[in-house]
Amino acid sequence: MALDLDNDDLVGMLCEMIKARISSNRLWSLQRQGRIGTIAPIDGQEATTVGATWALDPSLDWVLPQYREPMALGRYGSEILHRFAAWAIGHPQGGHIPEPLRVFPPQISLATQILHGVGLAWAMKLRREPGVVLTFFGDGSSSEGDFYEAGNLAGVLEVPVILLCVNNQWAISTPTGKQTASSGFATKADAFGIPGVTVDGNDPLAVYEVVTAARARALAGKGATLIEAVTYRLGAHTTADDPTRYAPEDELAAAKERDPIDVFRRQLEDRGIWDRSMQADAEEAGRRAIDDAWNWASNLPLQQVELLDHVFATPTPRQRAQRAELDTFLRSDS
Amino acid sequence: MSDDLREETTLTMVEAINRTLAAEMERDERVLVFGEDVAVSGGVFRATEGLLEQFGEERVVDMPLAEAAILGAAAGLAAGGMVPVPEIQFLGFSYQAMHQLAGQIARFRYRSWGRFSMGITIRAPFGGGVRTPELHSDSLEGQLTNMAGLKVVVPATAADAKGLLTEAIRDPDPVVFLEPLRGYRGVKGPVPNAEHRVPFGQARWAVPGDDVTIITWSHQVHVATRASRRLAEQGISVGVLDLRSLVPLDTAGIVDAVERTGRVVIVEEAVPTSGFAAEVIATITEHAFYSLEAPPVRVSGFDAPYPVGLLEDTYVPDVRRIESAVLRLVEVAP
Repeated sequence: MALDLDNDDLVGMLCEMIKARISSNRLWSLQRQGRIGTIAPIDGQEATTVGATWALDPSLDWVLPQYREPMALGRYGSEILHRFAAWAIGHPQGGHIPEPLRVFPPQISLATQILHGVGLAWAMKLRREPGVVLTFFGDGSSSEGDFYEAGNLAGVLEVPVILLCVNNQWAISTPTGKQTASSGFATKADAFGIPGVTVDGNDPLAVYEVVTAARARALAGKGATLIEAVTYRLGAHTTADDPTRYAPEDELAAAKERDPIDVFRRQLEDRGIWDRSMQADAEEAGRRAIDDAWNWASNLPLQQVELLDHVFATPTPRQRAQRAELDTFLRSDS
Repeated sequence: MSDDLREETTLTMVEAINRTLAAEMERDERVLVFGEDVAVSGGVFRATEGLLEQFGEERVVDMPLAEAAILGAAAGLAAGGMVPVPEIQFLGFSYQAMHQLAGQIARFRYRSWGRFSMGITIRAPFGGGVRTPELHSDSLEGQLTNMAGLKVVVPATAADAKGLLTEAIRDPDPVVFLEPLRGYRGVKGPVPNAEHRVPFGQARWAVPGDDVTIITWSHQVHVATRASRRLAEQGISVGVLDLRSLVPLDTAGIVDAVERTGRVVIVEEAVPTSGFAAEVIATITEHAFYSLEAPPVRVSGFDAPYPVGLLEDTYVPDVRRIESAVLRLVEVAP
């Protein structure tokens, strides 16, 4: 492990992974209680998200997540989890990651964010801003046209972007073997003329290492890198999904044996920098973080007429009229 | 005498667009023009001719042939502080970018609850009459207006092309700027040399008239104007109201026009079912019903895809069809 990470980093990474898992479980429960809408758990993918973001400089580098990663973006600030809780409730403030945090709102329309990442990296290149853009997407997203258009454009423009394919083996119920006949996802980089790297997505240090290298390459003006982080989705696709219909039990059991949090914890225990009391503290901190986020999100004010806000910087006359009419109706209806 | 010593210069529409792009790029170094064949060749209609020489290859960029990449990258560029002015070579090609246009650009401000502005001007030629191959002539403006979060601008004259394009590029929200194929060289007129801005949402009387109002936009303004001249010879005074922008829409201007004549013809090139003429008629019904002396009449394309060359002169509204509609309308007793 010839990495520039000190013990505090390693401990911090494990704490963030534990916090993400606890948040994921809590949000699952809240959905089952009918208090939030559909949510996609991150269980099993914490090492990829945490390892990748530890390689970034939050003051310079952008993260464009899909819909699971925000649970594990604590390195960018506790605000991300607050906003994600609001997003899960269905509050419009949930999509507003405030300045100066360099994080996009969760993306639902798969693979579109890869093109946004390329465009954003292009802007940084044009403006001579230091920093890189990292976009997360899944194995399923790699079948979208936007993935190929984005990879191709990133290669042509030589922009500082990292395309991180989180291969969790499943696109809802569709296994990777039905997504591609390719020998892997990183190999698709050949078509873009950029490097492609496959890494163990359950090992946060391995992910850290390849993202660090991709970042250095991007900062040196050498352009994009495609990374495939191989992991396994330990939970359901979302709260609306039932993986027992399609995920082989033995495969899932084997994946649970390789649970990235357990594996990394044992590594840190072996190094003598983690023990049971730290585990208890980390779990307590995780519970507190999602509690805080939930309390913040639950107490956000919201008026129904706000549904017409933030469509344009300045509302059109029609929108103003509709807002006034809605306001009058809501007052008379209450 | 050089241009800048006179108050106005007579320009074709494409010349007006070209000069406006240059002026805005000169004014604001964040403005970036990109698309298919826009740089070295200057665009298939030469709308971007000379910009590469004047502003260099960082700001005038030939893109890979991928419409979603053009618009997806535009979203990222806008988020990164640039002012993107992408070109979609023909509006019909925007089907291959609709998920980025409708699903992403149109709602980025909304889904980020005001964090990210999408100050993007998407230029695209549209409309029929020049014997193009398939999908080069479609009028999709009605569909675009149904995507909340997009402004839709439809100039008819060279002066308005300058005034509205200037406004579009300076607007903090996404504007689809539709340029009539037939108007590029077929429309010529005086264009102010000085800075010229035309605010959105202000319709203009192309021709004043007392008996019947024709409401239309883009190139059909000129067809309707020719029809009004022929009708004037028959003693019928027909006004032509040029909407200039569809979102925002000048509802007050439409109401005023209906109150003036009580008889209205709406002319559009598009498929009539759920086309924008239907929205204009709904607006009239809601806001000016009691000023009507006869049911509003539509002159549109047909509920058929835009046809091949030998059929297009029948598909696209012409002077005879507009004249016929007006003559039928004036016969209706109040």
